[in-house]
Amino acid sequence: MDFDWSVIWQALPELLKGARLTVLIALAGLAGGLVIGAAAGLARAYGNAVLNAIAFIYVELIRGTPIIVQVMFIYFALPILANVRINPLAAAIMAIIINAGAYIAEIVRGSFLSVHRGLREAGLALGLPFWKVLFYIIGPLAFRRMIPALGNQFIVSLKDTSLFIVIGVGELTRQGQEIMAANFRAVEIWSAVAMFYLIMTGALTLILRLTEKRMRIL
Amino acid sequence: MSIVEFRKVTKRFGQVTILDQVDLSIEPGEKVVLIGPSGSGKSTLLRCINALEEINGGDLVVDGISVKSSGRMVRMIRQEAGMVFQQFNLFPQMTALENVAFGPRRVRHEPRQEARKQALEMLAKVGLADRAHHYPSELSGGQQQRVAIARALAVKPKLMLFDEPTSALDPELRHEVLRVMQALAEEGMTMIVVTHEMAFARKVGTRLIFMEGGKIAVDGEPRELLANPQNPRLKEFLQHVA
Ligand SMILES: Nc1ncnc2c1ncn2[C@@H]1O[C@H](COP(=O)(O)OP(=O)(O)OP(=O)(O)O)[C@@H](O)[C@H]1O
Ligand SMILES: [Mg+2]
Repeated sequence: MDFDWSVIWQALPELLKGARLTVLIALAGLAGGLVIGAAAGLARAYGNAVLNAIAFIYVELIRGTPIIVQVMFIYFALPILANVRINPLAAAIMAIIINAGAYIAEIVRGSFLSVHRGLREAGLALGLPFWKVLFYIIGPLAFRRMIPALGNQFIVSLKDTSLFIVIGVGELTRQGQEIMAANFRAVEIWSAVAMFYLIMTGALTLILRLTEKRMRIL
Repeated sequence: MSIVEFRKVTKRFGQVTILDQVDLSIEPGEKVVLIGPSGSGKSTLLRCINALEEINGGDLVVDGISVKSSGRMVRMIRQEAGMVFQQFNLFPQMTALENVAFGPRRVRHEPRQEARKQALEMLAKVGLADRAHHYPSELSGGQQQRVAIARALAVKPKLMLFDEPTSALDPELRHEVLRVMQALAEEGMTMIVVTHEMAFARKVGTRLIFMEGGKIAVDGEPRELLANPQNPRLKEFLQHVA
């Protein structure tokens, strides 16, 4: 068969639109996931029994179920349970937030607890409240240690957005699917879609490498 | 008034009693050297003073504040009682200067420039003005420990606690740390030092305490005790460390 470049050229505007939506879902989802993940991770590491238990149940619930089930639940079940309307884009972003949040919680917990206990004692011994010890001393060290695992999670979540094809969000994979259904050029379209994902994950990897280089891991 | 007062202090880890109804008063200006076999409770006693360990019985009053008071009051105690650890515990992401300026800046809330100035003075005092911009990983053990001393001093404590400050150091690096500690003692700082350095105890100490099994077994004048130990276990202990 011939690889017809003009097919890709024609599909480009639609694919770009999809890619933009993919980036939007991933960015918004990961920003929220970082907030939830930091909170749940710190609750796991330092919280009292109640906070710890809540965070633990959340993490286990999310890690124990497929993300596609989670998004189906948010999009189809939640509206029935809570009597609200949720649009597909909001459901997609919410799914990434709660899904990435659970994995990020474990990353946060592990990296904070990996910081040598002596540093925490040194900070407390100066007369600082514990939250300041976390903020000024442990946090910056833990953050450096998180970067590789966090980068991995970012890439996984970015690719997970392709699953939202099932709720009809017009992200990159969905756009590819629709174009292909119209022109039947599977080879060209799926090659182009794959390239788009590679460019996005490649850019992420590059950013992470640069961040890692700037911050020595201590 | 005593600066540190143990009143029947008991400390347990689980079922094990580590400090057993300890009574001890320390006056301002004293240089107390704490010795004893491994596991006798020296570190625990020191760490109870700045509430890094919570006591289970009795009361412990530091500079007029009980270690059993609220978190805010406990932080006041910690600001009055600087601590130096065996493993230095410098903040690795900060330079020597930033480590030392950290207390003035974040604990005493000095403006940045003022904190920096005080930190430089402290570093000069421990002989490390020229290493201000080095990270801990770029300093020798002796230099790291001197930075740690400067960091504790920068908070302007009334009392300094040292937990085996030279044990992690090669013998040739110990004297530089001991010299800084001696200079501090000569300035009149109240000090409680857990150490195996008997020469330091003899030269700098004004009081020697020998701990055994969570109790204070011997408490007296260092030169006398070291020259002529009456307690047989202290005698035996001194033979081992000498
Ligand atoms: N966090 C802890 N949990 C349980 N047991 C502890 C803890 N910290 C110390 N201990 C125990 O308390 C006892 C006294 O410990 P401590 O560190 O005060 O002894 P030490 O006199 O400083 O000994 P060393 O000379 O070895 O430093 C030891 O038996 C130790 O195992
Ligand atoms: Mg000890």
